[in-house]
Amino acid sequence: MRGIEVLFLGNNMLRLLSGLWVTVRLALISIGFSLVLGSALGAVMTLKNPVVKVLTRVYLEIIRIMPQLVFLFIVFFGVTKLTGANLSGEVSAVIVFTLWGTAEVGDLVRSAFGAIPKHQFESGASLGLSKLRLYLYVIFPQALRGLLPNIINLSMRMIMTTALVSLIGVTEVLKVGKQIIDANRFDYPNAAIWVYAAIFLLYFLICFPLSLISRRLAKRRADK
Amino acid sequence: MNFLKKIGAVISAAILTLSLAACANTENSSGASGGSESGSFRTIDEIKAEGRITIGVFSDKMPFGYVDNSGDYQGYDVYFARRIAQDLNVELELVPVEAASRVEFLQTAKVDIILANFTVTEERSRQVDFALPYMKVALGVVSPDSAVISSADELNGKTLIVVKGTTAETYFTENYPDVKLQKYDEYNEAYSALQDGRGDAFSTDNTEVLAWAMSNPGFTVGVESLGSIDAIAPAVTKGNTELLDWLNEEIKALGEEQFFHADYDATLAAVYGDTVDKDNLVVEGGEM
Repeated sequence: MRGIEVLFLGNNMLRLLSGLWVTVRLALISIGFSLVLGSALGAVMTLKNPVVKVLTRVYLEIIRIMPQLVFLFIVFFGVTKLTGANLSGEVSAVIVFTLWGTAEVGDLVRSAFGAIPKHQFESGASLGLSKLRLYLYVIFPQALRGLLPNIINLSMRMIMTTALVSLIGVTEVLKVGKQIIDANRFDYPNAAIWVYAAIFLLYFLICFPLSLISRRLAKRRADK
Repeated sequence: MNFLKKIGAVISAAILTLSLAACANTENSSGASGGSESGSFRTIDEIKAEGRITIGVFSDKMPFGYVDNSGDYQGYDVYFARRIAQDLNVELELVPVEAASRVEFLQTAKVDIILANFTVTEERSRQVDFALPYMKVALGVVSPDSAVISSADELNGKTLIVVKGTTAETYFTENYPDVKLQKYDEYNEAYSALQDGRGDAFSTDNTEVLAWAMSNPGFTVGVESLGSIDAIAPAVTKGNTELLDWLNEEIKALGEEQFFHADYDATLAAVYGDTVDKDNLVVEGGEM
């Protein structure tokens, strides 16, 4: 058990929690922007226009091919080199995660609308619903149900990927853990396993409820 | 058909990515060769006018730059950083950097100075401007108390433990062909070999062996400085001569009050011990 006391030395517990807050805040802000922009992108992607199709496709593929770390470096350092504008680490991170999230949400929205059978539109229309009401009462609820588990899934991936931001000078929970391990490496050489266990627990506490919700939603959908 | 489309998308995406990378590259090389035209770094007047200097330090490299259990920055580099801010009469903002991104932080002027155990190398000197050194690293040799090796010549005919790919391996292969080398892939393997008595001594960077001997009673660093000596120095953005000159003057002035010896006592002594000859690690007045 030697080493576990490191977690309770000084402000360490508080520092880990505030590191976790940095992680969660980055993910929340990014996913918020992604939902708004991604829904718009998804709507655009359903258009049959070939130019739009190619452009959105290229955007999506670039985002998916490029490792997030490279992307972070390009935005954090590259933008400053090209334009002289000095973006902070957190702003760069939000930009990168929003661009990524927008692409993913856009594709999810597109496929969610695509998955709704044509007869749903037709039967809605034949009931005399206006276009707005058709979407509001028939199409959106169905699309949303398929969408939510995937969005939650994406949020969890984003929370875990935020660990990369320490490379551009943002101190999130994993980096705080490394700092604690290093500062105590002579007095408590076995601290690493306990610090990592604590971080695992913190990630778990954030992600497990999300995972539960996602599973419940998916199940409810299957039952219908 | 669909498959073809996908390939097309992948190729066009790849081309775009490559062209982006190429842009970044050319930007890089022009910055490195010309330097002065970047103009985004801050002069001393600008730093003073804003009342704040930003210095990049390590946040998890004890004892050079780390964050203690209260959440405050500490270490040999941080101690110096605090003095710089004090002498400029400005506030200090410490920015946590990683080894891999130190050059980038300077090239984009996101920090004014890097003080992160930055070893002077020829390649780095083309990308950033190094000031005078404030610390140095060489090789050290650690051996058991029962049979202390106190000079490299005593190793002839004996077995020396080294880690593959380190400077110690190259140095002893070239200069001491009579020393039998026992090579390991990992540091912890090498240390266990020394503890088990599989070799007579172990050699690697002196900072590394000194710290290890300190926390492992029964072992002594008999040779504290050996081989070519690497300088560790502050770095500024290429072309920021004004700040560079100020730093050089500062380091010379601090030499008179033996500032870095005090820095050693405050930060490194706990890890390397008091018995070490400080002049094997500390550089005063920029004179190696």
